[in-house]
Amino acid sequence: MIGRIAQLPPLPLAAAAAALAWLALGAAHAPAGMPPWGWAATLGAWACAWALVESLARSGWRHAGLAAPAVFGLTVLFLWEAVTRGAGVPAVLLPPPSMIAERIADSWHILWADFSQTFLKAVLIGYALGCGAAVATALLIDRSEFLQRGLLPVGNMVAALPIVGVAPIMVMWFGFDWPSKAAVVIIMVFFPMLVNTVEGLKSAERMQRDLMRTYAAGYWQTMGKLRLPAAAPFMFNGLKICSTLALIGAIVAEFFGTPTVGMGFRISTEVGRMNLDMVWAEIAVAALAGSAFYGAIALIERAVTFWHPSQRR
Amino acid sequence: MRRAAGDAGPVLCVLMAILVLWYAAAAALNLQWERDQAERAGRAPSLTQMLSAAMSQDRPVLPAPHQVAVEIWKTTVDKKITSKRSLVYHSWVTLSATLLGFAMGTLLGVLLAVGIVHSRALDLSLMPWIIASQTIPILAIAPMIIVVLNAVGISGLLPKALISTYLSFFPVAVGMVKGLRSPDAMQMDQMRTWSATTAQTFWKLRLPSSMPYLFASLKVAVAASLVGAIVGELPTGAVAGLGARLLAGSYYGQTIQIWSALVTASILAAALVAIVGAMHRRVLRRMGAAA
Repeated sequence: MIGRIAQLPPLPLAAAAAALAWLALGAAHAPAGMPPWGWAATLGAWACAWALVESLARSGWRHAGLAAPAVFGLTVLFLWEAVTRGAGVPAVLLPPPSMIAERIADSWHILWADFSQTFLKAVLIGYALGCGAAVATALLIDRSEFLQRGLLPVGNMVAALPIVGVAPIMVMWFGFDWPSKAAVVIIMVFFPMLVNTVEGLKSAERMQRDLMRTYAAGYWQTMGKLRLPAAAPFMFNGLKICSTLALIGAIVAEFFGTPTVGMGFRISTEVGRMNLDMVWAEIAVAALAGSAFYGAIALIERAVTFWHPSQRR
Repeated sequence: MRRAAGDAGPVLCVLMAILVLWYAAAAALNLQWERDQAERAGRAPSLTQMLSAAMSQDRPVLPAPHQVAVEIWKTTVDKKITSKRSLVYHSWVTLSATLLGFAMGTLLGVLLAVGIVHSRALDLSLMPWIIASQTIPILAIAPMIIVVLNAVGISGLLPKALISTYLSFFPVAVGMVKGLRSPDAMQMDQMRTWSATTAQTFWKLRLPSSMPYLFASLKVAVAASLVGAIVGELPTGAVAGLGARLLAGSYYGQTIQIWSALVTASILAAALVAIVGAMHRRVLRRMGAAA
C-alpha cells in the first residue's frame, strides 16, 4: 500500500501529509480527547510521510539527502505531539513538544545562564586546554619511538576506561565552580586526542620525509609543511570525538556538586521536582549546543583538509 | 604476537612511570595537610615521619596506590560477597546492567544496520539522525530516564540498561553498516550470477564479511555500556553499584573508596574489552581467516 502511493511524485505526497497532520493536530486538541477520525488522520499522515521519504529517495533530487532526514524528524515530532496530546499522556511522563517550546520561550534567560556556565566556561576552556595539552604531548612523544610504543597501548586502554568517574575527585580538588568541570573535560579529552594525533603524525610516509630531507628542511619545517598537515585528518577525527565527550563530561561532573547554575545542575534538580518540560528544554539546548559544536568542527575540517579524499566531492 | 611481545617492555616502563608519578603526586598533595597538622600541634617531625604519615592518611587528597590496593583487597576478598560493603556485590550490580544494555544495544544496532543496508529510504532518513543522536549528551538525560521510569513503576536493572543500550547501539550500527557494505561489487555480482536471493546474499556473503567490523565496534560498545551503567546509578540516590560507591564516597569525603571504585571499574572495562577481543579471534579462526 505504502509502496503503491510512494510511486507518486514527492510534492503531492508532502501536501497530503501536511494536510492530514494539520487535521490530526486539530483533533488532538479536542477537550474530550482524540476522536477516532483523529487517530486515522494521524496514521494517514504517518503513512504519507513514509511514502514521501521513499519517493524522495527514488527521485534523485539534489537535496534529497537533506530533505529526507528533515521529513523524518518532523514526522517524529508530529507523532510525539499527536500521541501525547491525543492519548492524554501526563506531562510528568512525557511533555508534548509544543509545551517544551513554550517553556524554552518563557525561560530563555535561565537557559542562557546555564548554557554560559556549562558550555562557554567548563566545556570550551576544558576542551581547548585538554586538546592543546594532548597535541603538545604528542609532539614530544613523537621524538621517541620508545615512548610511543609504551604510551600508545596505555593511551588506547585509558580511552576505554570510565573516565567520568574522576568527576567526584575533581569536584573535591577544585571546588564546586566551573574549574572542576573543566578539569574533568581536560582528562576526558586528553587520551583520545593524544592517540589520534600520534597516529596522525605517523601518517607522513618515509618517501615524503626523505624528500623533505633532500630539501634540507629542518625539524620544524618538516613538521609545519609536511607532517602536521598530513596529521590533520586524524586530529580532526579526535577533535570531533572529543567535542561530544567534553559536553558529557561537564554535565555529568555537575551531578556531583555545583553552584546553583549549570545544565547538569538544572537537569538533576528539575527532575527531582518533576518539572519535565524544563528538563526537556535543557536537553534541547544541550542537543543543539552539541550538534552546533560538532558541526563547527566539521566545517573547520572541511576548510583545512579540503585536499583529503573524504572531503572531495 | 611478536609485536605485542616487543611492546611489553616500553608499556611496563610507562606503567612504572605512572606509578612513580602517582606516588610523587600523593606525597606532594598529602604532605601539605601533614605539615599543617604538625605546625598546629607545635611538633617538628622529620621528613620521613611526615612522608610515612602522608602515605597512610584516612582521607587523603590523593590516596597512594597501595592504599587503594589494600582497600580493594579488603572489600573484595575479606568481605562476604552478599555484604553491602563488598565491591564484588557492587561490581555485579553494575556488570549485570552493563551486559543487559550491551546485549540490547548490539541487537538494536545490528537490526538498524540491516534495515539501513537494505532500504534506501531508511538509509537516507535514519542515518543522519543516528549520527546526530550521539551529539546529544545522553548521559545528561540519564537522571530523567531513571526517574520517569521509576514513576511508571519500572525500576532496578532495566532503566540503567536502557542508558547503556543508547550508548552502545551507535558504534554497532555504524560499524555494521560499514561491514555489511564491505563486500565489493565483484563479490556481489558473483552472488547474482548464482541467482542468490537477498536473504542468501545476506547470510552467506554480507554477514560473514561484516564480522571484523562488528567486533571492532563491539569493543567500543562494551566500554560505552559500562560508562552508561555507572552514570545510570548516580541519580537513583546511591543504592548499589559502582556509581553508587562513587557518589557515596564523594558525599562523605571517602577518597580511598572513590579511587577503589574507580580502579575496579577500570579493571572491569579492561576485562570486558579483552573478552570481546578473545571472542573476535575465536570467531575469525572458526571462519578460517587469519587472526
